[in-house]
Amino acid sequence: MNRNPIQRLLVALILTVPVATVQAREDDIFAEYRAMFGEDNPAELVEMQGEELWNAARGPKQVALDGCDLGLGAGVTKGAYAQLPRWFEDAGKVMDLETRLLFCMERLQGLDVAALRKQPYSEQGQQQTDLESLSAFIAAQSRGLPIAVPQSHPAERAAFASGAKFFNFRGGPHDFSCATCHSQDGKRIRLQSLLQLNSVEGAKASFATWPAYRIAQGAVRTIEWRMADCARQQRLPGLVHGSQVAIDLITYLGVQANGAVLTAPGLKR
Amino acid sequence: MANPMRIRATTSSGVTEVKALMSHPMETGMRKDSSGAAVPAHHITTVIAKHNDKVVLTAEWGAAVSQNPFLQFRFSGGAPGDKVAISWTDNKGDSRTDEVVLT
Amino acid sequence: MNMQRRSFLTITGSALAMAATALLLPVRAFAQWVRPQAAFEAKGLDATFAAMGGTPEASADITFMAPEIAENGAVVPVNVTSKIPGTTEISILVEMNPNPLAAIFVFPEGTEAAVQTRVKVSQTCRLHAVVRANGKLYGTSRETKVTLGGCGG
Repeated sequence: MNRNPIQRLLVALILTVPVATVQAREDDIFAEYRAMFGEDNPAELVEMQGEELWNAARGPKQVALDGCDLGLGAGVTKGAYAQLPRWFEDAGKVMDLETRLLFCMERLQGLDVAALRKQPYSEQGQQQTDLESLSAFIAAQSRGLPIAVPQSHPAERAAFASGAKFFNFRGGPHDFSCATCHSQDGKRIRLQSLLQLNSVEGAKASFATWPAYRIAQGAVRTIEWRMADCARQQRLPGLVHGSQVAIDLITYLGVQANGAVLTAPGLKR
Repeated sequence: MANPMRIRATTSSGVTEVKALMSHPMETGMRKDSSGAAVPAHHITTVIAKHNDKVVLTAEWGAAVSQNPFLQFRFSGGAPGDKVAISWTDNKGDSRTDEVVLT
Repeated sequence: MNMQRRSFLTITGSALAMAATALLLPVRAFAQWVRPQAAFEAKGLDATFAAMGGTPEASADITFMAPEIAENGAVVPVNVTSKIPGTTEISILVEMNPNPLAAIFVFPEGTEAAVQTRVKVSQTCRLHAVVRANGKLYGTSRETKVTLGGCGG
């Protein structure tokens, strides 16, 4: 795919589609339930832990993560989440927030992240992992800002293209692809709306709300967690944490969502 | 800092509204872990809120209060510099107190 | 054990206080309020009301908000305001939970008889808001439907 038609299409879509977060659907039977939560989201507790971690001198090198460049310069957290995933010269690859955090923890702090790579997400009843807490904190620093996942580097454009390809890839014992559930408007599974994630409107509605406190998990979960959980529900082989497929899928979703205002960390069932 | 609490207290027209989010697993004792064993009950039993030295709310909770509990209530009074403190105790005997200063 | 209860036992004589606690009754005569553990452990709505002191009288002066449909029964926001004069307590009960009594809130002078919190609702059923005012129990209830979401997880 060459750059110009995509850019022109995106610009045209951004100009015609409202930039504000997509409102609840008219048939949203959970509107009352969600409204009763107000602004009081348990994710805030996890953000607080993430902020502490970000500022703590840790690892053999005893430095904090304020030297970590998330794309906008060393230590710049405001707006960083909104422009991830992106190309990082020092790593030679497109990275999402979690892979970038692991990179910084390893490089800057000298931390051994093998255990985190192996178990990046907390189980029920466990404290949130460092990755989850840091993700909640960093995402909160982009709250209220428009999503701006870049497509200026060839590797970023390749990630988008790969993500689109995988979105439509059918596999596993049920022959499911992401598109099986997420390529039509107005569909639902039980009482959950299935967003059309190969559309700008659906991608915006989804991407703007992750990471989120997931009530069913009793924890803050990230978009990469969600991708892995979808893979599990599709009965696909496990989505390896930090794999290029995971990053490409997040890029595919994020680029389509460009322009939407981030409301993350969100609150979900 | 494990188990943080987030307290927001704002005064308007002589009434202070307090919103608190507490970090706590609130296990009922009925959940089974991956090995099939029941996870023991672990939940907040008592909550006490104070405005300076005065108790403004007491609460007794069972395991059916949701995980990472939320609490909102209002009391008369509250001036800049006043303290609002919330303490909880759980069935294991752990406790925690956090406080904020009204602005 | 909380600090206030410990100092209370020292001041008024531990034997009497401990006997009262052992009876697991809400002790009105004492200055300190004691957790009615029997009410928290009662199974079924009727047994819970009995442990609390009796069936509440229906009242239209209790505003009780709870969602008609909860996306996840593990966290259901509830909002109770009592306009009954002399309100000292508001309790939240979930009728079909293994133990219906979820929470009791005690209001001293100067605190509004109103509270918001979030409770676990194990299945579609009635939620009850019970008010104790001048020693008497009043109540109102409403149903919350609990749904099963999405793909699981």
